[in-house]
Amino acid sequence: MNRRLILILLAALVVAVPLSLLAGRVWIDPFAPETRNASVILMQLRLPRAALALVLGAGLGASGAAMQGFLRNPLADPGLFGIAPGAALGAVLSFWTGYAASAWLLPVFALIGAGGAMALLALIAGREGGIALFTLAGLMISSLAGALMSLAISLSPTPFAMSEIVTWLMGTLADRSWREVWVATPFTLAGIGVLMAAGRSLDALTLGEAAARSLGVDPRRLQGLMIAGIGLTVGAGVAVAGIIGFVGLMVPHLVRPLTDRRPSSLIVPSALAGALLLLVADCLCRVLPLTGGELRLGIALSLLGAPFFLALLLRMRRGLA
Amino acid sequence: MTLATLSLGVKSRLADLTMTLDLGEVTAICGPNGAGKSTLLASLAGLLAPDAGHVALGGQPMAGLRPDVRARTIGYLPQMPEVAWDLSVEVLVSLGRLPWHGVPGSEAQAAIDDAIAAMDLEAFRHRRVSQLSGGERARSLMARVLATGPSWLLADEPLASLDLAHAASLVACFRKQAQLGRGVVLVLHDLAMAMNHADRVIVLDRGRLAADGAPELALGADVVARVWGCPARWVGEPGARALSVG
Repeated sequence: MNRRLILILLAALVVAVPLSLLAGRVWIDPFAPETRNASVILMQLRLPRAALALVLGAGLGASGAAMQGFLRNPLADPGLFGIAPGAALGAVLSFWTGYAASAWLLPVFALIGAGGAMALLALIAGREGGIALFTLAGLMISSLAGALMSLAISLSPTPFAMSEIVTWLMGTLADRSWREVWVATPFTLAGIGVLMAAGRSLDALTLGEAAARSLGVDPRRLQGLMIAGIGLTVGAGVAVAGIIGFVGLMVPHLVRPLTDRRPSSLIVPSALAGALLLLVADCLCRVLPLTGGELRLGIALSLLGAPFFLALLLRMRRGLA
Repeated sequence: MTLATLSLGVKSRLADLTMTLDLGEVTAICGPNGAGKSTLLASLAGLLAPDAGHVALGGQPMAGLRPDVRARTIGYLPQMPEVAWDLSVEVLVSLGRLPWHGVPGSEAQAAIDDAIAAMDLEAFRHRRVSQLSGGERARSLMARVLATGPSWLLADEPLASLDLAHAASLVACFRKQAQLGRGVVLVLHDLAMAMNHADRVIVLDRGRLAADGAPELALGADVVARVWGCPARWVGEPGARALSVG
């Protein structure tokens, strides 16, 4: 069942990637190769953007699947750990200090921010910390990072820096180059690998913490794998594209009924479906006729994700009633 | 690996508790609320490390065992077991094979099939957990523990929330597992169940051992009066006794 789902998602990606390369402000007709600058548009703009959508989408999908398995909750999102706000805070500080002008330093700052959030999380959750404490620690880090970001924005040295920060936070894949692809890919792939290594422990966690431990799961090792896996995938994503929410929430939820519902069988299909969702969403953002620039991907997904979340919540409430 | 004994030394909530449990027996742990029954069971399962004393499995200290070895040897069914995702019965039972990572798939499938058959769940194999009745769900969770093939079965109040017929069938299953040579340790609230179906009863009172022995002795009217604080007497034939309180 799982293998067929993975093949179907791969086939969908094989179809979607070439099509996405043709769409945009300048439509490229593959049968009329005389489109002006077609090869530059394809190689320098569309291809890196598509690659980035695939990598980031895969990271967000996989981390969402692992996160929901870890918290045993279909409403969980990788953002809950506070790693995305930590990375965003790092990025904001690079704008604030002016280092963002050097293109390599922004992702480095963001990755340091993500690493700081991960370390803080590990420190607070401690050795014997249960999952509830872990989640609350994540929420605390989120709000702390949010407050520090607001402080940085309010104290920004120039209005220009302020507008840059705000625009960057909205999350987009526009104007990204191969450099961002090279920064994000190794971290994201390593993160997905770490999350896959946590798969069997997440399966055991389906039966609750005590039963999982009785099945040989080491809670500290699992916690470490989750911090590293979510940190690498989410941190790398925020470092190159800003905050893109809701993919990690929506994708595992859509994919779950098509699998045997074990968290471990959800990770790879969610990565593929996340890649597909981000690719398609980014494509739609590109072609949507909007005055004053294109719709930001982060905003588009939030607009899509919030009603989805609400519908999910209402359905769960009906299920409880 | 064959196992002869589980023994427990001292635990912060449990004072000076020493015991040896044997395979092939149903041992019931009884006591009033807060007596430390679940703490004792979790210590025996290796989930709580005693801060003094030790728990040993077949003569080996539990703390020195690799988690997967411990998991293959001791099956543990927690109180109010949860299933976070709406798995099918077969997938749920297959979770019991997690400690056996690396064992060939055919062997795993055979263990899963055996556990499903032992719990009479063939007809429900592909049914989702949310569509099961309370009794079917309890049997599925038990099959999950059996699929591991443990030498020891430890269950914390497995009969809570089950109706009479389902409780009786689950007790019969535990008895059968003991006859097959497994060590069964159950935390039981229902003293009549312990009296009628256990080979040995351990009574705890505020963390201390109040009685330990055959049910007729360990759950004698004097022990019940002393530990539970209410006068009671047993009525009926051996094996079908009921407790008359007051």
